Formats: sequence, C-alpha cells, structure tokens
Amino acid sequence: MASLSIRNVRKVYPNGTEVLKGIDMDIDDGQFLILVGGSGCGKSTLLNTIAGLEKPSEGEIRIGGRRVNEVPPKARDIAMVFQSYALYPTMTVRENISFGLGLRKMPRPEIDKAVKRVADILQISHLLDRKPGMLSGGQRQRVAMGRAIARDPELFLFDEPLSNLDAKLRVDMRAEIKLMHRRLGSTIVYVTHDQIEAMTLGDRIAVLKEGVVQQFGTPQQIYDAPVNLFVAGFIGSPSMNFLRGRLLPLGTGSAFGLRRDDGTTMPLPLAGTAGNRRLTSWHGKEVILGIRPEHVTDAAFGSRSGLQIGNQPTNVEGLVELTEPTGPDILAVTRFNGARVTCRVHPRAVPMPGKRLMLAFDLANALLFDPATEQRLAY
Amino acid sequence: MYAEARLSLSPGRIVIYLLLGLYALYFLFPLYVMLSTSFKTLDEIRTGNLLSLPAQPDIDSWEKAWSSACTSVSCGGLSRFFWNSMKMTLPAMLLSTFIGSLNGYVLAQWRFRGSDVIFTMLMVGCFIPFQVVILPMARLLGMLELAGTTLGLVLAHTVYGIAFTTLFFRNYYVSVPEELVKAARIDGAGFFMIYRRIIFPLSLPVFMICFIWQFTQIWNDFLFGVVFGGSDAQPVTVALNNLVNTSTGVTEYNVNMAAAVIAALPTLGLYLIAGKYFVRGLTAGAVKA
Repeated sequence: MASLSIRNVRKVYPNGTEVLKGIDMDIDDGQFLILVGGSGCGKSTLLNTIAGLEKPSEGEIRIGGRRVNEVPPKARDIAMVFQSYALYPTMTVRENISFGLGLRKMPRPEIDKAVKRVADILQISHLLDRKPGMLSGGQRQRVAMGRAIARDPELFLFDEPLSNLDAKLRVDMRAEIKLMHRRLGSTIVYVTHDQIEAMTLGDRIAVLKEGVVQQFGTPQQIYDAPVNLFVAGFIGSPSMNFLRGRLLPLGTGSAFGLRRDDGTTMPLPLAGTAGNRRLTSWHGKEVILGIRPEHVTDAAFGSRSGLQIGNQPTNVEGLVELTEPTGPDILAVTRFNGARVTCRVHPRAVPMPGKRLMLAFDLANALLFDPATEQRLAY
Repeated sequence: MYAEARLSLSPGRIVIYLLLGLYALYFLFPLYVMLSTSFKTLDEIRTGNLLSLPAQPDIDSWEKAWSSACTSVSCGGLSRFFWNSMKMTLPAMLLSTFIGSLNGYVLAQWRFRGSDVIFTMLMVGCFIPFQVVILPMARLLGMLELAGTTLGLVLAHTVYGIAFTTLFFRNYYVSVPEELVKAARIDGAGFFMIYRRIIFPLSLPVFMICFIWQFTQIWNDFLFGVVFGGSDAQPVTVALNNLVNTSTGVTEYNVNMAAAVIAALPTLGLYLIAGKYFVRGLTAGAVKA
C-alpha cells in the first residue's frame, strides 16, 4: 500500500481545452480518496492520469513517494475497476482474474491460490468457469473487483464502479467496497458523480469543478463547511437551500433579513455573531443564506413536540408545493417570495400540497455566501 | 394468438411471397440453364429445348473444361488456371485481412494524432476503381520484377484490398469498449498481447466477412488478372474468357457452361459454408462485455 501525492497537475488537450488546471492533493497510505464532481469536471481525466493512461501536461504524480510520470501503467503497481467493468468477454472469470497475474510471470500454483482467495472473499467461486456474458450486473461487478484485488496492488483506482447497478445493489456493493477497504487497508482513489457515495465511502473528498479542486477535506468538513456555493449545493441530498437577502445589524451581532411574501422583512438573528465584528462590513449588503433541509422544519410541530430547533419560529409561511415522504420524515418543497425551500418535516406534521406551512430555521447551522464571488463568508 | 398471426396469409403477405418467388426464379433460372446445358451433349443442345433437363446426363463436357479445353494457345483445360487463382486468392485474402485487422485495431483503439486523416484517406481508397490503379501498379510490379507472377498479383490485390478490410475492422473495433484496452494495459499487456488475447478472439464475425468479401473480390477479378497475370499466372477468370472466345468451328456450349460453373464454384461454396457469418457479421453491433 502506498501514499499518493499529486503536485500541480495540469492537463491540456491538443485542441487547447484545459481539463485539469493545477491539481494538488495528498493522501496517506490506506486512505480512501473520493474524486467527485459533475460530468466534465476532470475527475476521470485525473484518475486516468494517476493510472498512467493519460500523461499530465505539467506537474508530478508520486505513488508511495516514487515519481511515476514516466512509468507506464503496468509498472505503477495499480489496479483499476471500470464503470463498464471491462471484463475480457472471451475469457472465463478465472482467466479474467488470472490474466494480469500471468502477464506478471507469477507461477501457476500461486496464481491458482490468488484466484481462489479472491473468489472466496467475493463469493464468486461458483462463477469461475463462466464467461462474463453469462453473469448479471452485480456478478460482473464482483469479478471486476476480484480482478483488481487479485493483483494486490499498491493503489486501487475505481472509475464510477457502481453507476451501472440498480439502486439496491448499489447500496450493497457500496458497503462491500467499504468493508474491503477496512479489511485490506488499501489506498483507494474512487471517482463518482454520486455525492452519497462520496459521503459514505471517503476518508477524504475532493470536489472538482471545471478542472479545479473546489475543496479537499473529510466528508464532514465538506458537508458542514463547504467553501463555496458550488460545493454547498453539490454535496448533500436534497440540496442545500439558498435564500437571498440583506445582512442587517441586530444588537451587537447580525441578522439575515428574510423577505416575506408581503414585502416586509423579518430579521433572523444569526447565532454566534454577537460581538463579532467580521460581518459588520456586510451590513446592508446582499448575501446568500445557505441552509440544509434538515435545518428547516415545521415551526408549529417543532415547538409542539419540544424539538430542539436552534431558533424560534420565524413567522414565515411557505406554500407547500410538493411533498416527498421518505419514511422517517417528509421532504416538503415550499415556496415563498420567489424562493424554493426544501424542508425536512416530521411525518406527523402532515404537510399537504397547497397548504401553508410555518417554517422554523435552525440558524446555528446556516451559512452565508458572497453573491459575487460565491465564496462562503467566515464568521 | 401469435401462431394464428403467423399462419394467416394476408394479401400483403401473399404479394411479398409472390415477389420473392419471382426474384428467386429470376436469379435461379440462368443457373439452371447453365447446369442443365453443361450435362447435355452437343447434339442434344442443338436439337433439344433450352429448358429441358438433359436426357442422359453426361460429364464429358466437365472433363473437357477441366483438363483439355483450349484457352487461346494452350489446350490443358481450366485446371492450371484454377490453381493459379487459388494460389493468388488465398494468400492475398489472408494477408489483406490480417493487415486490415491490425490497421483497424490501431485506428479504433490506439488513436494517435492524424489517425482520423489516415482513416479518411483509406476510405477514399475504397472508391478508387481498378482502372486508376493499373498504370502505377504496372510500373511498381515492373520495378519489383513481379510482373506476370502470382506473387505480383497477390501484392496488387493485397494492397488494393487493405482499404476495404481496414474499413470493416475499424468500424467493428470502434464498438469494442476502449476500457477493455485500458484494463489490459493496466494488467500489463502490450500492443500485440492485447491484440492477440483480447481483440483477436472477438473478431471471428468480421474475419468471416472479410474472408468472404476479399475471396469473392479477388477470385472474381478479371482486370488485374488480365493485365498483371501474363501467361503463367493467369487466373481462372481470364482463362474462362479465353476458353469461351477460342472457337474451333463449333461453339461448345456444354463445355463453356461447365467451365463457367467451375470458375464460380469456390465463391459459391464459400457463401454456402460461411454465408451465415456474412449476414450475421454485417449486422453485428456492439460487443457485449
């Protein structure tokens, strides 16, 4: 197992498109790194660059402290699992798993042992003599993992390995990948566009957009303290709510001026701003308030049930447009004054489309963003 | 319900079958006349009906066509030229197909700067008629001292065929997911290892298409054969023409027909054996991993 270090990696294609604009990141031996972002953000290019399938235009990649820029993929001691699994269609499962081992001149008995080991781990022993075409999606996925594990590489690379599976299988395999990581202690780089996979699997997440790392940190850091609007909106499901309004002085602190449908403004005191001078320059200016759905709830029900919500009811009524029961709670999409706010409501609050709902905001967990730079305001 | 629908003959169906039957007759009729005439004696041809079956099937004309009919100056039948054609067609077919396969593999899976330009140029090659190539090819074969030899014909047909085979293979290999090649590279396989172990085993249908296509093209070619074949390497198509045009008083229709069938037999046989691959291969889509 090995650490991975990426230094100022740029990738420019011959037609001039700059796909990676100076990527820097480090992960330790045994860490699980997630590269997440929308399509075209450069995450797959970065993975291919780590694998050696593409050459960086600039910068350096080190695996286990060794510079690998000039090292071909086969000599980097890596294994990769692809979205389409990329199983060799004319070979049996056994041949698929042993192909790479044979090319590395591993003696036959050892190959057999390695195949048996991974087949046991992944419970695919009964499939060893079948061709990939005879396997289900989940089984192919396992074989692809097996092929990677059998090589016992220093670094695993996963390129959206679960995207082709159905929802249930995806959750199962996600857990298995995590278990495998715990058991093997391997270093993993994992590309996904699915922020739930990113949150659940990663030790570190790098959020990419347009070839730039927006934020690099632990899943909780990225969830709690996204550095900008993009990260805030990308991570978390359902997405964070964004409300525009002015920042107002309130006592020694600040408040967010929430506009109501009738045009009046209601100041929502921001927790932790009392005596804080860092926001004073923003008083009177437009800001964006970001608040996650779980921090917006039904005021009436919240106070009735004595739920701890950071702030008192807001006297803001939203018109419920849509409800999505998830079981443990209901997501209510409400609308007021042109803004859409998704809130997580207890099922017993029974929100109904077309009804009005008094909202309560837990402002201790709210974030402020600069509307111009889209960066988060620290306070 | 389904069985009923299949059994019922709607008017539309009847028209379709009628038309198909007519077309089949239209194509089979000449073959029938050729075969029946080839088994008749000259007397029967003169006196009998064109459509009648031979009264007493007689294979003398076949023997003559194969071993003693006169083609211009020599009178050894078609056999020598038949083997000339084989010696020309098989190597040229194999060579052009394998080169096309490698070309297609490179152009589809190992894109490099300018690979699309090269592919376009090869495509244009498919549209260049034989007549255009003849003069430069004659110069080239002359310089290589291969004019009038089977080897020269093999070279000419191989070069000319590469454009087609490359097109077939490239379009087939484009549907092979590039992740397969990436996975193999990471597994440690090189260019030829990936071809041999992963790409080649996937290629049976397209090899079949190319074999049939190239065999038919090369076997049936007349122009290259008559221009570059000389007298020693003359293929069967040219010999057949000479046989038919060599008149010694009476036109021996039975021998001519037998000779024509002999000349057409290999391609006919190939279609019967491998035709299913041809149809299947032409419609073969993506390779399922």
